[in-house]
Amino acid sequence: MSKTLRPKVLVVGGGPGGYVAAIRAGQLGLETVLVEAERPGGTCLIKGCIPSKAIIHAAGLFEEMTRASSVAGHLGIRLETVPKLDLAATMRWKDGVVDKLTGGVAGLLRRAHVTVLNGWASFADAKSCAVETADGTVKIEPEHVILATGSVPVELPSMPFGGNILSSTEALSLTDLPRTLAVVGAGYIGLELGIAFAKLGVRVALVEVAERILPLYDEALTRPVADWLHKHDVEMHLQAKALGTSARGLDIETALSDRFTIPAEKILVTVGRKPRTEGWGLEKMAIEMEGRFIKIDERCATSTTNVWAIGDVTGEPMLAHRASAQGEMVAEIIAGKRRRFDPAAIPAICFTEPEIVSVGLDAPGEEHVVGQFPFMANGRALSMDAGDVGTFVRTIAEKNSGRIVGIQGVGKHISELAGEFVTLVEMGATLEDLAGIIHAHPTLGEATHESALKALGHAIHV
Amino acid sequence: MGRYLFRLPDVGEGVTEAEIVAWHVKPGDKIREDDNLADVMTDKATVEMTSPVDGTVTAVHGDVGAMLAVGAVLVELEVEGEGNAASAPLPPAGGDGGGPDIVQAQPEPAPSKPSPSPSRKREGDEVASTRKSVALPRVDIPIGRKEAFAAPATRRRAHELGIPLQFVPGTGPGGRILPSDLDDFIAAGGMTRAPGGLAVRTGGEEIKIVGLRRRIAEKMQEAKRRIPHIAYVEEVDVTELEALRVAMNAKPAEGQPKLTLLPFLIRALVRALPDFPEVNARFDDDAGVLHTSEGVHVGIATQTPGGLMVPVVRHAEAMSLAELAREITRLSVAARDGSAKREELSGSTITITSLGPLGGIATTPVINHPEVAIIGPNKIVEKPVVQGPFVGVRKVMNISSSFDHRIVDGYDAALFIQELKRLIEHPALIFMGDGA
Repeated sequence: MSKTLRPKVLVVGGGPGGYVAAIRAGQLGLETVLVEAERPGGTCLIKGCIPSKAIIHAAGLFEEMTRASSVAGHLGIRLETVPKLDLAATMRWKDGVVDKLTGGVAGLLRRAHVTVLNGWASFADAKSCAVETADGTVKIEPEHVILATGSVPVELPSMPFGGNILSSTEALSLTDLPRTLAVVGAGYIGLELGIAFAKLGVRVALVEVAERILPLYDEALTRPVADWLHKHDVEMHLQAKALGTSARGLDIETALSDRFTIPAEKILVTVGRKPRTEGWGLEKMAIEMEGRFIKIDERCATSTTNVWAIGDVTGEPMLAHRASAQGEMVAEIIAGKRRRFDPAAIPAICFTEPEIVSVGLDAPGEEHVVGQFPFMANGRALSMDAGDVGTFVRTIAEKNSGRIVGIQGVGKHISELAGEFVTLVEMGATLEDLAGIIHAHPTLGEATHESALKALGHAIHV
Repeated sequence: MGRYLFRLPDVGEGVTEAEIVAWHVKPGDKIREDDNLADVMTDKATVEMTSPVDGTVTAVHGDVGAMLAVGAVLVELEVEGEGNAASAPLPPAGGDGGGPDIVQAQPEPAPSKPSPSPSRKREGDEVASTRKSVALPRVDIPIGRKEAFAAPATRRRAHELGIPLQFVPGTGPGGRILPSDLDDFIAAGGMTRAPGGLAVRTGGEEIKIVGLRRRIAEKMQEAKRRIPHIAYVEEVDVTELEALRVAMNAKPAEGQPKLTLLPFLIRALVRALPDFPEVNARFDDDAGVLHTSEGVHVGIATQTPGGLMVPVVRHAEAMSLAELAREITRLSVAARDGSAKREELSGSTITITSLGPLGGIATTPVINHPEVAIIGPNKIVEKPVVQGPFVGVRKVMNISSSFDHRIVDGYDAALFIQELKRLIEHPALIFMGDGA
């Protein structure tokens, strides 16, 4: 049986870009079909942001309990015995969270009257798509196509995924805890998972080609994370190359050309992600590329009329919230609205220990003024045992206008401040604006307020 | 500890006021002798005001753009020892204690004394008498910045309406474009996109005319208001002069720079002017006196990044072609990079204005007041010219000129230009019996 659908919009990929585009298109009354081979939710919901945050949370809890079970106890709390981890049960809890969210997305798609096809899409040309579903092939000839195929983890040629070599996806589904874990690539994914496993009691070793961890963030922001790793006996091999695996673990070569093997039961490879551009007929769509990515303009239009692309397949930063914003925008453009993608900033967060947030400009020049406030001087941070040395909020503003152009910070729980940071930048707030906003006491947000006062030269608490 | 009042000194040539163009100090700054306090601009030169003493700045008077009378207090300093003033602080500014006042009467001219004492005592006389420049809100309008400074909803609405936000003046803090600014822009007819049609351009900027541009504006206004111009254009055959110039450049004498037409034109002027003394002159029309000059001081109208400047070749009559060429180059470089001294920018008795290859066929140049004549050579073109029974190809250039008709009659203007034409067309005449 073969039928042909001719919807207004076909969305390929049900991740945070695609499903948001589909829901918004549906809201706007456009007949919309979403094709997704797995459940809707994409990398983000099923094997990325959400499951990793669940594991990180559980790992944090486990670590605190472990500290409480030590002789000294923790904040006066002493557990008689060491906590026990049933990783399979933790994973079931995590899966429950994921299920709830993906189920929610499916419901939202239904409510927006989006037709969801469960299957693999392949294009014969830019406007003809066939989807292999359980019920047979469905042909789709849409007016508009939104490509939201996302990205996949990059493999190292010498160490293909499989067996003991894990991508982040497998790492988030382990049911047995390895005693040792080597992490190749100390970007945010490798660090988030590496730190979580370290908290769960795994001996973790990090291998990174660059000179320091999180090479995309400045050193002040990453230092507290490096301190944490150091304090928790996470082995760090910087400027080192992973060569391959042997029976005992991971073979590496250091900056000094020493070669040795890091004992590791499992090896997690997190050396980046690449756009998913293969296996669905992109080459038949006559679409211009920009390097590995699909080339788009400020409206997310590709070189082919009425073919749009959003999210990771279009380039950096590969972040779910960027994809969602683009998806929403493209749906509105198809519905006839005039839109363009012009965010003042796209926030980026590392859920490391401690967390890092970066919004907007992070390298101040001569024309900028910088105000930095340490969490050591913030009451709420101290009361949550989160006032670590070296953690702070930093606000960067233009000297002449006072306009805030960037805010960064590092500290426990700081990810929740990302919303205020990006709001200030997007709304075009000035230092005086931020200084004039009463921040509730006692909260971590007071550090943001004080950073503006600092930049204006009259911080109260430092 | 004493109080020292730094007054705007006489910067020369009967200047009675100067415009503050930049501040280099602010209250609280510790300064050393010879530190730069502020830049002020007189008729055409920017002058650095340097401190004669060590001390601490306690007050500065006048915003950038304000006109300050000679003798008015520019900076108040606290100094070791006596100082030069009573220690009571000055009132904030102006006669009745408000903001800087508009000068009601012209301040006393202070022709030569470096620091004249006020001849009359008025309340607040010690304070900077300033004339406020056009009052615009003091915000940096982010014209031309890449991203517009506005909240997302404002950006979205502007984009929907096809309004480039960088042309919308922001009145919010730091120049932020508020939703109401966008409303005002639209209400003022700022819509830039006709539905479906070609775009209508209705943007525009408010540009405060300050500094050199204001000088130029005032100067031009003055010249056109005071001087009844008479324009005269004549065609000149420069074939021979060009041949001579090319030959001289092809085999330059030692130390001779590349020659343009300008030095030849100046030599021709130098040759012609003694017969027309009233053309090489400055007319003090307030006093009703014409000051003729035997020396030929040629102003060279020069385009600089900031606008038009007129550096002066002094005593052109005593300069050879090579010397003229070098001096013209030196002065135009100095004018362009801002290093020209005041005396190099004033005192001309006649001016040449040339747009070179952009010279066109005719111009009506504006006289450099208080001079009475200006010469504007136009572009050289090759033209068919009737010569007896033949038509030949000749290099031809127009000379445009303007004269102050109060001093120079049309008849005399024509005679002068005809003499210039005769000299240029037979360039040997320029150099006959002459050391050049």
